[in-house]
Amino acid sequence: MSASDNHSGASPGGPDRPAGEDPLVTPRARQGRAPDVFRPGAWLPMREYPEDEPVDFAIIGTGAGGSTLACRLAEHGFGVVALEAGPFWRPLEDFASDELEQSKLYWLDERITDGEDPIEMGRNNSGRSVGGSMVHFAMVSLRFRPEWFSARSSLGYGVDWPIPWQEMWRYYAEVEEALKIAGPVRYPWGPPRGRYPYRAHEVNAAGLVLARGCEALGIPWAPVPLATVSAPRGQSPPCVYRGFCIIGCSTNAKQSPLVTWIPRAIRAGAEIRDLAMAGRVELGPRGRVSGVHYHREGRWRFQRARNVVVAGYAVETPRLLLNSACPAFPDGLANRSGLVGKNLMVHSGHGVFGRVEEEVRWYKGPPSLALTEHWNYTDTGKDFDGGYVPMSQGPLPVEWANVLTARGIWGEDLRQRMTDYIHGAGAKIVGEVMPQERNRVTLDAEQDRFGLPVARVTFSYCDNDRRLIRHALRFQRQLLEGAGVTGLFDVEDTAHLMGTCRMGTDPVRSVTDADGRCWDIPNLWVCDGSLFPTSGAVNPSLTIQALACRAADRIRTLARRGEL
Amino acid sequence: MAESMHRFPGYDVLAKRDTPSWNPQTRRVIEERLALPPQAHGFFTEAEWRTLNAVCARILPQPPDRADPVPIAALLDQQMQQNRGDGFRQADMPPLREAWRRGLAAIEAEARLRHGAAFHALAAAQQDALLHSIQQGEVRAAEWQGLPVAHFFKARLLHDIVDAYYAHPTAWNEIGFGGPASPRGYVRMGFDRRDPWEAVERKP
Ligand SMILES: Cc1cc2nc3c(=O)[nH]c(=O)nc-3n(C[C@H](O)[C@H](O)[C@H](O)COP(=O)(O)OP(=O)(O)OC[C@H]3O[C@@H](n4cnc5c(N)ncnc54)[C@H](O)[C@@H]3O)c2cc1C
Ligand code: SF4
Repeated sequence: MSASDNHSGASPGGPDRPAGEDPLVTPRARQGRAPDVFRPGAWLPMREYPEDEPVDFAIIGTGAGGSTLACRLAEHGFGVVALEAGPFWRPLEDFASDELEQSKLYWLDERITDGEDPIEMGRNNSGRSVGGSMVHFAMVSLRFRPEWFSARSSLGYGVDWPIPWQEMWRYYAEVEEALKIAGPVRYPWGPPRGRYPYRAHEVNAAGLVLARGCEALGIPWAPVPLATVSAPRGQSPPCVYRGFCIIGCSTNAKQSPLVTWIPRAIRAGAEIRDLAMAGRVELGPRGRVSGVHYHREGRWRFQRARNVVVAGYAVETPRLLLNSACPAFPDGLANRSGLVGKNLMVHSGHGVFGRVEEEVRWYKGPPSLALTEHWNYTDTGKDFDGGYVPMSQGPLPVEWANVLTARGIWGEDLRQRMTDYIHGAGAKIVGEVMPQERNRVTLDAEQDRFGLPVARVTFSYCDNDRRLIRHALRFQRQLLEGAGVTGLFDVEDTAHLMGTCRMGTDPVRSVTDADGRCWDIPNLWVCDGSLFPTSGAVNPSLTIQALACRAADRIRTLARRGEL
Repeated sequence: MAESMHRFPGYDVLAKRDTPSWNPQTRRVIEERLALPPQAHGFFTEAEWRTLNAVCARILPQPPDRADPVPIAALLDQQMQQNRGDGFRQADMPPLREAWRRGLAAIEAEARLRHGAAFHALAAAQQDALLHSIQQGEVRAAEWQGLPVAHFFKARLLHDIVDAYYAHPTAWNEIGFGGPASPRGYVRMGFDRRDPWEAVERKP
């Protein structure tokens, strides 16, 4: 191994570096320093907090919700320790251009799935590393339609969010600025908004197919607002259209939390602990939590805290609360409502694919570069509640082969069809899914390597979901036919996880208030995708980060009033 | 299809190894993959290994004149040794290693029940027919007890074999995929636009 290879990624697929250097085995953020993701081998000084003195906030999980909150709370002057089960990657040194190797970014500990429509976990929706799932997300950064925040009162389905859209709109702008979202000057849908901080990316051929289809149907389309920079930004170079975004960006063009909120958080005085798996939140005296039991460097530890925030995403967050059951809360911490783990939502991700004569080479550029929000903003001509947004696609080979095998294709037939890879084109939706209590996260009898019961994830579509999917498949066929795509076929998929600790205005019907503060325990908070009362029909991370920015401001206000 | 009928004649992603398309960590990962001896196995027993190789050869038959076939079975053995699953499994499906061991035993039992011979000894057409019935869940051998047959075929057998095959440079050449791309990505993004370091398609 040459000197320059010393810091490259720990491979699950072969001989590794010595254990002392493997970021999957030995934590990197310790002894007062954390990796500087922008400079190979370099470090940032990092504040450290003692375990036996209560820190203001112990945050569990450093994804879209946790990292944003850690950053903003630290910037507001609070002491913050963020515990992350996954490793602290150095993308420049650790990320290979290889689907198999990069499976190291996913949450690969077992989960059990069931229900009528069991969902795929792992690479499909769950990350585990400092930065969370956004380290391998597709960067699509969309705002909710304003009416979705009052889905019940404005549109007659689901439930209302406890936050008015105007307030969310302000926080969307804050996040878009923080990530320098690259998007069109004028976005065709929704109320007027400021222009995106960076100019839109060039639309690749896969996106132009979708654009062609929209134009044939006479509906608007737009370049996708993306969290990857279209011009240099600080130490981030512009996106080079290498197209491996969903297995990790090795150039740091992608504005994931790992290169945005996390370095900011560290500079503002937060401590990040990688390879730190939280196993139980401890209930202390006076009905308040006292800290977190977590596993790091071979043993269980305890971090004392004045407040604990759970931000492990919509499966791990309820799992941790359920695993933290105690005599005062026999059905799971903060679960007097009985709703912890319930109302799990995904987005339906059904799509249509085919072939065009031209060479498309859809492996180039971010996977989704064009979309139409037509059915998010049109309420007539629908036989279902909710909305969906078709987006252009750019699957990598393994992903594409799995699309074909899901249709039952194998053998010589599969190899033949795969040789048409560079002519492939298609669209998939992010489709709204209704909240249902029977869709839920519970604990299974099986245990993980820490001896903790694993999550059982139960999911079934409802009739409305199925009608939406049928509508979306029909519409995407029209769209692609209009674009000259032939040999069309449908695919089933899901993406994203939401719900399971919904926020609301009523302690009987929700787990937390609008700030993510648990009704049952005033110093226990939730800050991630599990808060969503409804799923909306856009990718969730912009909304999760906006909620986190808002929560940080609210916590500062509450602290000043002495209400923490 | 013989390799000589290749859609992208002369294209070799490995030729880009020393260009800006490959960073050091990618070189290391791909080199490790290419160094894997096709006969290497430490997880599967000899009997399982024979069945597995025969199954792989039907799921993704490779051209006989191929210089550098993908060592699918060896890649699967490596996956089993590392116990590298998907991060989830359906409630009625055994864990990764157990699913494969039981699945291979059941395929073997099914072959003996139907044809009185080992799976690897059957003619290709018989093997295909047998795999098709497993795909449909139409099996008779008692060894299938406790395995969700059709789901095993799709979510385990097909999924793992295809993941291994399309993670190999030989497969990337075959489909004209650009392969590793970092730090250099791509410049020409539109219809029928090809960067000089991309594959040239043979036009009919
Ligand atoms: C392939 C893919 C593409 C996507 N594309 C998009 C997109 O284009 N746009 C978009 O908006 N969204 C996208 N998403 C979804 C988006 O990434 C997630 O919705 C978002 O990151 C969720 O944020 P979160 O904070 O709730 O959880 P996460 O970001 O998943 O963060 C949770 C973190 O908590 C850690 N954790 C969990 N439990 C524990 C514990 N017990 N102890 C310590 N740490 C723990 C996890 O390791 C993880 O790092 C995509 C997701 C995937 C997988
Ligand atoms: S296409 Fe852009 S964002 Fe995606 S991995 Fe490449 S450089 Fe990063």
